Amino acid sequence: MADTASMPAATAVAAAEQKSLLRFLTCGSVDDGKSTLIGRLLFDSGSVFDDQMAAVARDSRKFGTTGEEPDLALLLDGLEAEREQGITIDVAYRYFSTARRKFIVADAPGHAQYTRNMAVAASVSDLAVLVVDARKGVSEQTRRHLTVARLLGVRHAVLAVNKIDLADYSQARFREIEADLRRLAEAFETCRAIPLSARYGDNVALPSERLAWFDGPTLLELLETVEAGHDEGDRPFRLQVQLVCRPDSAFRGYQGTVASGRIAPGDPVVAALSGQTTRIARIADRDGDREGAQAGDAVTLTLADEIDISRGDVLAEAANRPEVSDQFAAHLVWMGDEPLLPGREYLVKCGTRILPASVTEISHRLDVASGERLAAKKLDLNDIGFAKLALSQPIAFEPYAVNRRMGAFLLIDRFSNATLAAGVIEHGLRRATNIHWQSVDVDKAARAAAKHQRPGVLWFTGLSGSGKSTIANLVEKKLHAEGRHTYLLDGDNVRHGLNRDLGFTDADRVENIRRVAEVARLMADAGLIVLVSFISPFRAERRMARELMGEDFLEVWVDTPLEICRQRDPKGLYKKAFAGQLSNFTGVDSPYEPPETAELHVETARQSAEAAADAIVEYLRARDAAR
Amino acid sequence: MASLSDHLHALESESIEILRETAASFARPVMLYSIGKDSSVLLHLALKAFWPAKPPFPLLHVDTTWKFRDMIAFRDRVAAEQGLELIVHTNREGVAQGINPIDHPSDHYTHVMKTLALRQALTQCGFDAAIGGARRDEERSRAKERVFSHRTAEHAWEPKAQRPELWRLYNTRLAKGESFRVFPLSNWTEGDVWAYIQAEGIELVPLYFAAPRPVVRRGGQLIMVDDERLRLQPGETVEQAWVRFRTLGCYPLTAASESRARTLDEVVAETLSSKQSERVGRLIDHDQASSMERKKREGYF
Repeated sequence: MADTASMPAATAVAAAEQKSLLRFLTCGSVDDGKSTLIGRLLFDSGSVFDDQMAAVARDSRKFGTTGEEPDLALLLDGLEAEREQGITIDVAYRYFSTARRKFIVADAPGHAQYTRNMAVAASVSDLAVLVVDARKGVSEQTRRHLTVARLLGVRHAVLAVNKIDLADYSQARFREIEADLRRLAEAFETCRAIPLSARYGDNVALPSERLAWFDGPTLLELLETVEAGHDEGDRPFRLQVQLVCRPDSAFRGYQGTVASGRIAPGDPVVAALSGQTTRIARIADRDGDREGAQAGDAVTLTLADEIDISRGDVLAEAANRPEVSDQFAAHLVWMGDEPLLPGREYLVKCGTRILPASVTEISHRLDVASGERLAAKKLDLNDIGFAKLALSQPIAFEPYAVNRRMGAFLLIDRFSNATLAAGVIEHGLRRATNIHWQSVDVDKAARAAAKHQRPGVLWFTGLSGSGKSTIANLVEKKLHAEGRHTYLLDGDNVRHGLNRDLGFTDADRVENIRRVAEVARLMADAGLIVLVSFISPFRAERRMARELMGEDFLEVWVDTPLEICRQRDPKGLYKKAFAGQLSNFTGVDSPYEPPETAELHVETARQSAEAAADAIVEYLRARDAAR
Repeated sequence: MASLSDHLHALESESIEILRETAASFARPVMLYSIGKDSSVLLHLALKAFWPAKPPFPLLHVDTTWKFRDMIAFRDRVAAEQGLELIVHTNREGVAQGINPIDHPSDHYTHVMKTLALRQALTQCGFDAAIGGARRDEERSRAKERVFSHRTAEHAWEPKAQRPELWRLYNTRLAKGESFRVFPLSNWTEGDVWAYIQAEGIELVPLYFAAPRPVVRRGGQLIMVDDERLRLQPGETVEQAWVRFRTLGCYPLTAASESRARTLDEVVAETLSSKQSERVGRLIDHDQASSMERKKREGYF
């Protein structure tokens, strides 16, 4: 320590800190030696402390696969479960530096969840190192990894042809793999193959005599010299507002990170959502106002005029505005355990905005191995697809290829809060920007008044054979007798007409409900009392209907035990379902999710249909009176 | 004070963005303030992130009653100077049971006085996000930690149930009772922290700088005798030695290293050339190879 401690400290820090940063990912199939390769990079670059190496030596005797030598892969496999199973299950981040550069490595495991992990690692990386076993060469897995890396905008790809020692350091074998790669790599700015042995350190940080025939750089040399970063600084100015800072009445600042471009006081800007324009007044900073800021800077801006801006808005160059729309087309990497179903409501988080949204159409699913586009009605875990999305309100965005921050989004489950998908916007859908709501003079209230009634939608949900239609029919008769204007939408009848193109898969059930909910809403808008008799087994769809109709929506849970429904079996369907002749039958091989907050709960085991209908009519009367 | 290098500027901006996202996303966030160098950097970043407003969250210190006296004095002074709310929480049941780091195994002591104490404080105050200064380069199991790390209603960390984290789009949605731990310094290395302290002139607890201090040699480690509770074992003598600390914690569990580095420049130079990781001075990490992961699952920071 004594000799280095005497080194001028200021110089040491300056040298350490003026380096540039490269963020790269590593990926590969199980057993290709990826963890060993990163361990080797850390070790050969002197980034491993003595006590960490001692821990690895200790673990190597317990879990290692390299005999007496320390297993460098154990530097990386952080979680206990992984060390025991000899696999890695989650993206790990590693930090090391050389005299020329600092590196952040996102290590994407190749075992389970490979697409998800690749997407996570690729979303923060400029370069991808794909590790392949020299004996196996380019595989379907390599193709998958290249596809995901490209989709997420990684600029450079390196194929690390590992275990070349086990292929006798063969030049011929390497050239063969290199040729295979060339066919796949055209979409990257640079893409090259490097032969190496992570286990023995050949051509990782140091050139090797055993690979004297290779005239390219070592892996580390390539990582040190490749162009890092994106060109966000040269794009138009964008800032996604995170917070409005108002410590007192005199100061109103907008805080966020500059997504792209540059900004200086006096520059004209626009609040993208409202279209209001103003100028930058100050770039306020605790250390004194700044003269300018650029992509990547976390700033506090004040504006010349008071305009209405809140979290989720985008400040942009006034002369060069982002798109504003409530619909766009995007690539999705699906990460949810449940499949993506068109029509189901999710949340989109794009920049600092979070909004309800749904997928209106899946244009195709990508067969990652062949590159073929396949028709799809849903996306499953680890699928990649192209889809159209509709949001509940417009957002400001740009295609991902133009601006990563303005074009990336997450899909989130409204109930479990799980992150379901990573999305990258391809383009906006123009239709949305051009269709405006027509304002009409005769409105819902006027139509309802003409009928002297309060419109509403009674949504009867329950198992097949629970008595929904029977009760709904009785309710309609009673209402009709009182002179009310009603309409009954029955599941079976609607399936013969409006929804005859739909089957009974989960995706079709969602669409079935969406259409019926829309029709019911229009009818309620027309002033009618609508009775909907639908099994509607999923909470998410009933919630969608509820959100569509607001206080008009009255959920009636017709609660009949499965055993009784099965005994009644008015259409003989349970018999068929239990015999396996009908699939996706609710209560048999497809779930029914009971309501949690139904306005009315009818237990047919305790109450006759007649009594239940009376109770519902009474409820409507009370509701009218309460108005 | 020199202007920041591009690299440190990028790290600073990322951390500020994370702090702002935390303030915007949660009803009741809190910053865990452990008085060490990482906490000092975190606090400095928070002061910058929300300026001219004050950070919109209080500081929480989980006091085991065994911290260095210098740390406590520094804590109280900094909170007062910055005009920030400081919540100090101690596990009173643990104190009543006499749990201490001298008579009890370090893992048991840590569990009661740190892990349980933290859980108590978070639950009692209803915090839904706790900001901490942990870095991914500190320890192997931290390398897979998220920036926004989800905790169950029981404060448990489930490594297999963490949400994928892409770009800088953080999914901060919570169900009732659940919470997040937020780590704005995730991508910083120990070297970055020191370089930033140097560039920004951030004040640290004096214990990071070498001075003659009373120590005993125990099990190959140098332990500072910070008060009379550290009982000497037969054959041990207190000596004055030039020492400093690379990390800070409970004094009986934090080993000093011999050093003459009295200025920040000297400390940074010595740290950057060390062959040992900073955790070598933390006695609690050595319990077992995966001890940190176990502690985290139970709710340790």
